[in-house]
Amino acid sequence: MKIDFLFTFRISRIHLTSRLKQTIVAALGVTFGIGTYIILMSFMTGLNGILDDLILNRTPHVHLFNETKQSQYQPIVLHKDFQYKINFVSSVKPSDAPIKIKNAIPMIQMLEQDDNVKAVTPQYTAKVFYLAGSTQLNGLIKGVDINKEVKHYNLNSYISQGDYRDLKPGTNTIILGKGIAKKLSLELYDKITVNAGNNNIALKIVGFYESGMSDVDNVQSYASIETAQRIGGVTNNYITDINIKLYKKELAPYMADRLEKQFSISAVDINEANAQFDTGTGIRNLISYAVSITLLIVAGFGIYNILNMFIYEKMDDIAILKATGFSGKDVQRIFILQAMLIGLVGGILGLILGYGVSYLISISPFETEAMPNLKTFPVNFNPMFYVGGMAFALVSTFFAGYLPARKAKNIDPVEIIRGK
Amino acid sequence: MILETKNINKYFRKPVKFHALKDINISIEKGEFVSVMGKSGCGKSTLLYILSTMDTDYDGELFLDNQLITDKTNEELAKLRNELIGFVFQFHYLLPEFTVLDNVMLPAEKLGKKSKEEIRIDGMEKLRLLGIENQAHKKANLLSGGQKQRVSIARALINNPKIIMGDEPTGNLDSKNADNVFDIFKELNTSQDLSLLIVTHDSDFAEKTDRTITMEDGRILS
Repeated sequence: MKIDFLFTFRISRIHLTSRLKQTIVAALGVTFGIGTYIILMSFMTGLNGILDDLILNRTPHVHLFNETKQSQYQPIVLHKDFQYKINFVSSVKPSDAPIKIKNAIPMIQMLEQDDNVKAVTPQYTAKVFYLAGSTQLNGLIKGVDINKEVKHYNLNSYISQGDYRDLKPGTNTIILGKGIAKKLSLELYDKITVNAGNNNIALKIVGFYESGMSDVDNVQSYASIETAQRIGGVTNNYITDINIKLYKKELAPYMADRLEKQFSISAVDINEANAQFDTGTGIRNLISYAVSITLLIVAGFGIYNILNMFIYEKMDDIAILKATGFSGKDVQRIFILQAMLIGLVGGILGLILGYGVSYLISISPFETEAMPNLKTFPVNFNPMFYVGGMAFALVSTFFAGYLPARKAKNIDPVEIIRGK
Repeated sequence: MILETKNINKYFRKPVKFHALKDINISIEKGEFVSVMGKSGCGKSTLLYILSTMDTDYDGELFLDNQLITDKTNEELAKLRNELIGFVFQFHYLLPEFTVLDNVMLPAEKLGKKSKEEIRIDGMEKLRLLGIENQAHKKANLLSGGQKQRVSIARALINNPKIIMGDEPTGNLDSKNADNVFDIFKELNTSQDLSLLIVTHDSDFAEKTDRTITMEDGRILS
């Protein structure tokens, strides 16, 4: 017959509270295991999230551009006299084709119709000199649709001063790389002269761009695509890059492959561009899981030990319970419940500990050049870690309690009662 | 017939094979007060643990309350033990961290036929019957030996069993307490018509019972 849960609970509770010190030690093992798991996972994934933002969110899923390369076919191939010969052409130079994407505007329109595509952002990159007196700095001005860049690539979080909305098409405005501004000692709303080829154009600085990578910040600025095209002296259908953001990142390699064939253009997908980055994230996650699971297993062994000891101490109790009509299963249930109570209490304390320490980490100041908009350590307060931690606490204590409890189940009361 | 055995044989296999009980045939009527006497190692305790259903490793047949219980599962036996048999040991065997009342209530809570409140009232009544109701809320390990034995008798009575079995229940008590325990048993026997089967070394105790079963070398002599 099944015994009432509350009744089992009461027996377990009295057993546990009568050995309060050991119970606390066992529960603390779980607490530290679960707490560390929560802290590690929150911190690690928080950090990964920031790095994802830093790299992946800024990277288009598919990037289309014309690569400078040799022509695939040399003219001699087309001549029928040399059709069945083996031809050697030495010193092949790259073809002189412009980096302009052919038929960019219809291509963009076509891509925007595609169901997989979330956003298409055209860019024109002008190579310029930034001028200040006699000083000339090499640089790039990326002509972009600023609203789309902010919306889909979080450009806003890298604009350290000024407002991106001031970068209107048709005005001579620029968001200047922070490194350039430092070198030329320019302030917000100052004017800067840029030169591309023959014409000098004066631009008003409406913001500073600070990516955290100084090689970029020393070179790159943003302007509206029209402004950039005017600086470069090209027509307004001259597009050098098309960035595509998809709804599903996983489709990127397939899309890149397709577009490459369809438009005979170079296409790089995000996995190709950031392969080492993904590996890094994966390994960091693996390490966090390995460490936390090890901790929990150690806690599990602690519980196993303490329960084993409990059962040796409680032999008489077990014999009495059995003699007065408790079945082996009842006794087993009592001891498994004890283990799981330790898991429950230890687990809850672990969640509190984990949350507390994670919170302390999340308000600790952390400033780094690499991430200008980060003021404190990044921590991910994902509730799934807490659910998972609690589940693991209960599952591991169940198994830690199972073996000692089975031993208790199989104890023969006659041996104990007669053994005295 | 409360208890009956047919040709019970018991072997110990370790360390060497040993024939501990030989063709035991006994029966106990309702309301009978029976004692079992014999030298150490004659098998009387072994017999008691078989009769109590705790030891199931034997040959032969055991009837409890006219019901064949040999070959029942451990779960079923635990239930029968809970309902039909009250147990009193030589060593008092209470749960030390539980209160006296909790100890008495445990088998009834396991049985689960009454509400907790009813069980509490029953438990107090049994304690009163044994004259220790004023100790009800003390921890069991704070009681004296004689008091503990009375608590374990109260516990044995809580489910109103058909039979009380005792393994030298007075063996660890001084003569005054031993007499006391005997008086309690006798009182239960006469007033409630309860059957008792008590294994004892104490010949004074045995003489006062209705019938004494004497054992030697695993056999019943008389």
